[in-house]
Amino acid sequence: MKKGTEVLFNGLIKENPTFVLMLGMCPTLAVTTSATNGIGMGLSTTIVLILSNVLISMLRKIIPDSLRIPAFIVIVASFVTIVEFLMEGFTPSLYESLGIYIPLIVVNCIILGRAESFASKNGVFLSALDGVGMGLGFTLGLTAIGLVREIIGSGQVFGVQLIPVADELAGKSGYVPVTIFILAPGAFLVLAFLVALQNKIKINAAKKKGEEVPDTANCGDGCSTCGGCGGTAQIFPVGEDVSKDKKEE
Amino acid sequence: MSESKFNMSASPHFRDKITSSNIMLMVTIALLPASAFGVYNFGIQALLMLIVTTVTAVVVEAIYEKAMKKPVTVKDFSAVVTGLLLGLNMPPTAPLWMGALGSIFAIIIVKQLFGGLGQNFMNPALGARCFLVISFTGPMTRFVYDGVTGPTPLGQLKAGEVVDTMEMLKGTIPGTIGETSVIAIIIGAVFLILMGVIDLRIPGTYIVTVAVFVGIFGHFANPDIAFFDPTYITAHLCGGGLMLGAWFMATDYVTSPITKKGQYLYGILMGVLTGLFRLFGGSAEGVSYAIIISNLVVPLIERVTLPKPFGKGGE
Repeated sequence: MKKGTEVLFNGLIKENPTFVLMLGMCPTLAVTTSATNGIGMGLSTTIVLILSNVLISMLRKIIPDSLRIPAFIVIVASFVTIVEFLMEGFTPSLYESLGIYIPLIVVNCIILGRAESFASKNGVFLSALDGVGMGLGFTLGLTAIGLVREIIGSGQVFGVQLIPVADELAGKSGYVPVTIFILAPGAFLVLAFLVALQNKIKINAAKKKGEEVPDTANCGDGCSTCGGCGGTAQIFPVGEDVSKDKKEE
Repeated sequence: MSESKFNMSASPHFRDKITSSNIMLMVTIALLPASAFGVYNFGIQALLMLIVTTVTAVVVEAIYEKAMKKPVTVKDFSAVVTGLLLGLNMPPTAPLWMGALGSIFAIIIVKQLFGGLGQNFMNPALGARCFLVISFTGPMTRFVYDGVTGPTPLGQLKAGEVVDTMEMLKGTIPGTIGETSVIAIIIGAVFLILMGVIDLRIPGTYIVTVAVFVGIFGHFANPDIAFFDPTYITAHLCGGGLMLGAWFMATDYVTSPITKKGQYLYGILMGVLTGLFRLFGGSAEGVSYAIIISNLVVPLIERVTLPKPFGKGGE
């Protein structure tokens, strides 16, 4: 049972798909304009992820290796279609606001990634738990981003007006929404800040335990070992032109 | 990091008496005519806005660097320049807290989070201006002049109306605080050129490209305009943020190419983008977007215009 909880929490925190693995960025950035959208997107992905993980794990010995990707996609697409119809029938407003991103769950790299790296190698029970953990981790990430964007961008929480919005024409003072946060740039800003925040928390936790923390804030040995900027900082290389010599070899 | 006896800082390696703070101080001085005219033109509200943006920028930089235990660099005047430029890019009627928020965004997000002075990937003042324009489109694009809310000359041009170029040269027109007076901006620019802080390459290429682009494509945007109609071109050159942007923001050392060929390329790119945005875009002005987009491709420009090291490349 210990392995089960480990698998479950792996997806939630240690390998959170949004903040650590950085998977499924397209829906993460596009639909998180509100917390409700984040939860909706997260939960529908979770359902697809659990079902596809279970089925792929069941079929893992039958699916030939060379055909596994098309097979995974067929399985995932079937579940996505089911979820899509259910959402259209029972939550039409959420269906409307998520739009094209529901069918796009088919190509969400979390689902294919988990199928490839976990479900096709592990038993049914563990795969289901992995689906739950990863799915809820994704939901958590999306909801957190959606919550922040919604509060700053429109002064609302789950669609409830938290702070009265200023209305200049009516002469009413109040909160002036920072609209950029419910537009695309806001998604990047909020994602970056939340990733930084959770990195900080994790580094502090690791320090408390006395673990070694790689020092990412400093460049360490300088540009030669870093490569973070793709070498653009070294546009005028001093001394030997290493990159060129390598090419000639 | 181990102490090295070699100076491993970024190029250029020559040393001169000119330091970052000297240059930034000269840019600040060069911005004074435009600031003074803005205050004269728009009144006390404009002065307050300039003070708020500048003070906020300096204070925020100091607080951030203290909090992050970095050396406090507010003495190098770069935060002053950023704050002042942002203030000059604000409409005089915008609420003061908006200016303060812009300064915070410029210093923390665009400048400090990327590593501080010399590391920012786009011009902080312009980044903040775009942040504000997207967030608060209404207050940021409403221009009141003499108590009347009216379109800027560029807006009038876009609507096919005739504008008074003489007034645009003097600056007695609606617009942001610092962009209206071409004469005041040119005075500052001439000072910078004489002091050797900037050269004509970037602003010259930029302005000429806008003139040529508008001359050719103005006809396509508005069929009543003849090809290379001089009054139309002059109005475009004197209108909006082109002068302020070309002389003071496109020439920012950090976010412009250091190779000569790259500087021409960068100027042309900004000119074409500005022309495209102004003539065919949704809004009348496009200088700030053109400059920050060009800022983003500067590393690529530098890569393709890399000069060959002496003695290399004889094949």
